[in-house]
Amino acid sequence: MKNLNSVFAAYLIGWGVFFVFSLTVAKRAAGLRDELSRLKERLQDSTQKGK
Amino acid sequence: MIKTGVYTFMVCALMGVAAYAAFYVAPTEATMGLVQRIFYLHAPSGMTALSAFLVSFVGSVSYILTRKPRWDWLAVSAAEVGVAFCTVVLLTGPIWAKPAWGQYWAWDARLTSTLVLWLLYVAFLILRTMIEDSDRRALVSAFFGVFTFLDVPLVYGSIWWWRTQHPQPVVFTSAGLDPTMRKVFYLSWLSLTCLMALLIRQRYELEESRNELRTLEQELEAH
Repeated sequence: MKNLNSVFAAYLIGWGVFFVFSLTVAKRAAGLRDELSRLKERLQDSTQKGK
Repeated sequence: MIKTGVYTFMVCALMGVAAYAAFYVAPTEATMGLVQRIFYLHAPSGMTALSAFLVSFVGSVSYILTRKPRWDWLAVSAAEVGVAFCTVVLLTGPIWAKPAWGQYWAWDARLTSTLVLWLLYVAFLILRTMIEDSDRRALVSAFFGVFTFLDVPLVYGSIWWWRTQHPQPVVFTSAGLDPTMRKVFYLSWLSLTCLMALLIRQRYELEESRNELRTLEQELEAH
């Protein structure tokens, strides 16, 4: 079982990088969705006021 | 949304199966022993990184030719995903190298050109944050993306062109890779390619949302 720790470390680090990257993309997407819905509301408000 | 969820689940399941095969199905290599199992993550990650950079290159060239923003979105999405895969290569390589070579790093052609490739694509991503105007940003980064891709054939060919400490290729040659090892390698490669496609798609959607946000901001300013 020599070097088993190295194998586990490599897989943990590798999968960790993919997971963290996926998480950052999801977080950025969630932030953008919030911003989009806020802007859509503002746009709706300003259109109604314009009428 | 459900479709993406199903695809994400399938990719995760495939990665799980590939990891199981790497740990329990593939035979233990005679010289290096257990540590050789890192090969099933390290080598496919490298090939997937190069594929992602190829997609980014196609996006950059297509943007230069057509000036359609969608190609720019594809170029940046694939570059970012490629950097993630290249990071895995640069981190798992030394973990394998220490027990196999007795040192974490060697400044040989393959390792150095891979590090340079990673640095170039990180520079590509940083460059994009420094230009405000979206059209100018897309054009400058498209040209930089084409230049950056020049290192990819260098990385790929380095083990043939120069004497390196990095092992010679065993997958696409008649060299003696055990048939079970070869199957496990292809399974790992397939799982990581599917993951790459999923991540590029997610990242591309982010660019679409950014574009929608810019359009809305312009509409609000016009009101």
